[in-house]
Amino acid sequence: MADITFKIDNVDIKGKPGQTIMEAADAAGIYIPRLCTYEGLQPHGSCRVCTVFVNGRAQAACTQPIAEGITVDNSSEEVQQIRKDIIEMLFVEGNHYCMFCEKSGNCELQALAYRLGVLAPKYPYLFPKRDIDASHKDIFIDRNRCVLCGRCVRASQDIDGKNVFEFVDRGPDKRVAVNSEAKLSDTEIDVTDKAVEVCPVGALLKKRVGYAVPIGERLYDNKPIGSEIENKNQSS
Amino acid sequence: MGKPKVATASLAGCFGCHMSLLDIDDKILKLVELVEFNKSPVDDIKKFTERCAVGLIEGGCANEENAHNLQDFRRNCDILISVGDCAIMGGIPAMRNGIPLQECLQKAYLEGPTIYNPTGKAPNGPDIPLLLDKVYPCSEIVKMDYHLPGCPPPAETLWQALVALLTDKPLDLPYELIKYD
Ligand code: SF4
Ligand code: FES
Repeated sequence: MADITFKIDNVDIKGKPGQTIMEAADAAGIYIPRLCTYEGLQPHGSCRVCTVFVNGRAQAACTQPIAEGITVDNSSEEVQQIRKDIIEMLFVEGNHYCMFCEKSGNCELQALAYRLGVLAPKYPYLFPKRDIDASHKDIFIDRNRCVLCGRCVRASQDIDGKNVFEFVDRGPDKRVAVNSEAKLSDTEIDVTDKAVEVCPVGALLKKRVGYAVPIGERLYDNKPIGSEIENKNQSS
Repeated sequence: MGKPKVATASLAGCFGCHMSLLDIDDKILKLVELVEFNKSPVDDIKKFTERCAVGLIEGGCANEENAHNLQDFRRNCDILISVGDCAIMGGIPAMRNGIPLQECLQKAYLEGPTIYNPTGKAPNGPDIPLLLDKVYPCSEIVKMDYHLPGCPPPAETLWQALVALLTDKPLDLPYELIKYD
């Protein structure tokens, strides 16, 4: 099938029919910030960090298919501000204590805030009461840090074939639960499961491996999240 | 007019942010040329003697004294800066925010595994500042003008911010200097 031509920030991009805006942008070496999306999992379209303006309308780049002649705004002040606001709301909505979190330096939420230049959220902190489940011998869930991206839910279902996680309740009470309605240790989850690997934050972690990488050598200590995609462009 | 005055305080913090300020090494000599310290643990001046251009606040507000001190800084400083994660979001002390105060005191002074306390009571008295129901980020007590994150913020962040402010230049922190840990 013929290529589809469209524009991101006034640059001509060619994509394949059926691609999402994010997939076509990735292939062209243009980074669109994202949180709930994970390569190899079905897009979820829930976090809205990937918001772009398509012909002037806000859309989620991870679910919106490309179309001939569309113009995509991925960098205007307005678009950046929306993303920043979402990240700031996620920070105040949970309990994110970066100073002692094992995931710090490798956390995608934190890395997005760094990349977008967030010095402090402008919203009041909610300090919600959330539970920890450390019953499993190799894995724990700290819901204080969960951003409800649904990656673990999808990975467990679609890749591990286990269905360990699900979302329960709504609104501010929405949380990730395990299928047995009991503890993590009662489920079939295993430390090698994809579900354990995909969590963008420090909510679902392996035990006894925290802090192994020294400060200065962690994923996002020196280069912003997304630079792997942008560098792909430069080298080709 | 003289040099601009700078005041600093450590509220519910660990003094780590002040340590980071000292970590600017020999630039401390340049800093002393640029500014004069007023109320601050650095020179042990306990009360404001002059209006200050900049107030650096470490730590959030865990008790009444922290809150009054912060309000005093707001009255006496043109620009107030939250320095570090505790000032910005409460930090480690704010971990108590999900637990009722009574329960915290109970655990800390009566039930903890290493506690010896024959009085059977949590300390209480007119000279002990009253604890607040939770630990408040500084911006929830008074208006804060700027925020410098980090636990502590790198010395270079503090230096660049101070120099930018005192020389009236915009502050544009590079990627490596915005850190939350
Ligand atoms: S535990 Fe992690 S992967 Fe699962 S929903 Fe929460 S943030 Fe996403
Ligand atoms: S990455 Fe597109 S909505 Fe989350």
